[in-house]
Amino acid sequence: MGRYLLRRLLQLVPVFIGSTFLIYWLVWSVPGDPFAGKCGERRCPDQYVAYMTEKYHLDQNVFVQYGNYMKNLLQGDFGQTFSQRDIGDIIATAYPNTLKLALVALAIEAVIGLGAGILTGLRRNGFLDNLVLVSTLFLLALPVFVVGFVLQWLLGVQWGIVKPTVSSEMRFSELIVPGFVLGSASVAYIARVARTSIAENRRADYVRTAIAKGLPMRRVVGVHLLRNSLIPVVTLLGTDLGALMGGAIVTEGIFGINGIGREVYRAIVTKESATVVGIVVVLVVVYLLMNLLVDLLYAALDPRIRYE
Amino acid sequence: MSDILVSEQSAPGSGGSGRPSGRLLEVDDLRVEFRTRDGVAKVINGVTYHVDAGETLAVLGESGSGKSVTAQTIMGILDTPPGFVTGGHVRFHGKDMLRMSAEERRRIRGEGIAMIFQDALSALNPVFTVGFQIAEQFRVRRGLGRAEAKKRAIEMLDQVKIPNAKGRFNNYPHQFSGGMRQRAMIAMSLALDPEVLIADEPTTALDVTVQAQIMDLLAELQRERQMGMILITHDLGVVADVADRIAVMYAGRIVEEADVYDLYAKPAHPYTMGLIDSIPRLDEKGQQLRTIKGLPPNLMNIPPGCPFNPRCPMAQPVCREKVPPLLQVGPARASACHFAEELVNRV
Repeated sequence: MGRYLLRRLLQLVPVFIGSTFLIYWLVWSVPGDPFAGKCGERRCPDQYVAYMTEKYHLDQNVFVQYGNYMKNLLQGDFGQTFSQRDIGDIIATAYPNTLKLALVALAIEAVIGLGAGILTGLRRNGFLDNLVLVSTLFLLALPVFVVGFVLQWLLGVQWGIVKPTVSSEMRFSELIVPGFVLGSASVAYIARVARTSIAENRRADYVRTAIAKGLPMRRVVGVHLLRNSLIPVVTLLGTDLGALMGGAIVTEGIFGINGIGREVYRAIVTKESATVVGIVVVLVVVYLLMNLLVDLLYAALDPRIRYE
Repeated sequence: MSDILVSEQSAPGSGGSGRPSGRLLEVDDLRVEFRTRDGVAKVINGVTYHVDAGETLAVLGESGSGKSVTAQTIMGILDTPPGFVTGGHVRFHGKDMLRMSAEERRRIRGEGIAMIFQDALSALNPVFTVGFQIAEQFRVRRGLGRAEAKKRAIEMLDQVKIPNAKGRFNNYPHQFSGGMRQRAMIAMSLALDPEVLIADEPTTALDVTVQAQIMDLLAELQRERQMGMILITHDLGVVADVADRIAVMYAGRIVEEADVYDLYAKPAHPYTMGLIDSIPRLDEKGQQLRTIKGLPPNLMNIPPGCPFNPRCPMAQPVCREKVPPLLQVGPARASACHFAEELVNRV
């Protein structure tokens, strides 16, 4: 176990370097002058351009640039935006908001998706089963922004049940609707995977054994059946958590949440290359760690998976 | 017409249908059908047998003869749908289990009647330790605490002769060998000291050497605990050593029931004769193996008359018309053949 963890962590190093280098290289090689329009109507003074070129090492080759960037990064320095703001600060302000939204979305996925999956998996072809199948198909077919705008308009504007946008305090009650929107596609996936998994395992020999042991039905389902059926669902939830923590450009945009998705979008549009790189680096690390977590969780759920 | 005939069949010693008979476990004129998209398969067509404390009944038959389905119906683990019980009784201590509430039936499982399955690898839950699955019986069914349940589970593992039972407690099923897994399965099913144990082909998935060990263990535990045991098998060799009585099944019916010695010495049904004849013999080495010609009938379309008649070397016109009832043909033996008397009285 310890050795496995160490090996997996070591594997992360080349992936981390490779992906961040690609990002760095791509972002800085986008055609166009990064300093165009930075000085209002007139052309930027040569002095300013020289200073900025020096500051971001733009006169050196991309490998040296990347090396410098990494050296600073490993010391916790994300660098500054073109307007002298610390990128680390931007991330530190925006990330907790994204995290909150991601956790709410995940909780909604787990509760609704898993609940619907278990109920329908146990009773296939009933009314509930058909309802879930149709509604999940609906959710899967609709793009997130449609679900988002429709719910915002319906619940927030027409019926006034919730506030249409999220305030800067990010209260939990305000995040339920955005969380649902963000998790809507995954809710549908999880419900379907859980349904199939439960229905498949329900006929398994070990479930029959558990019944033959005279265990109460809730124990047969809640312990013996569920534990086995959860394996694919947890994998899905875990990978999804990585994606959720990557920020939600659309959902954050619709509900006015100041999260990492919005920041990265803003940075791309304004050609703040350093900000884009900084945020993406964080997202890569988070995603890699989440993947590792899923693998560990997977093995904890299924003892047949060995760490060798 | 044929249904009425069969429902009048009575196995030796069993009470007539409807009234309790003081047997420990009694299956009486049981009928089960599988309703599938392709049609209705009549899997069990009036099975009657019983088992008493301290005796072993072997149920013998080819795949598809209904021996496992009968056991699943007794345990209440028949997959419904497609399986439906359409008639008959299963009495435990004289009470009809088919008419009990689900909760009453559940309480009998494990404590009154327990079952072990053919393939212990798939029958044990892969994600829980063997110890957990045995201790679960003590914790959930007996309400014991964690430590006490663990102690009792280790005792059970000891009883089925698993070496280093304490160290093995925390192993998962996949870490056990095939024979060990079947032993663990036995330990689990005997945890609550059941009165009847149903063993559904307990050795089919095992090596020959291990088969003998497991059968010996089962026979020993059955003797010690004075359990009634129903041993389902298609292996005549296994049966000879451990069974007291044998019920031979064909196409969802009992075709012969007899004491183990009588059955081997003088089978009273052509099907049983065919089965015994098809055991490979050392003194006929080099010759072609004998088989019963033909295939078991399609259960969606069982031939009229005796279901065995298309394969029977002795078949006469009457066999194609009338279903032979299971009738007594001697002390404690019965046969469902029109010519049973002649078979028994042959020299």
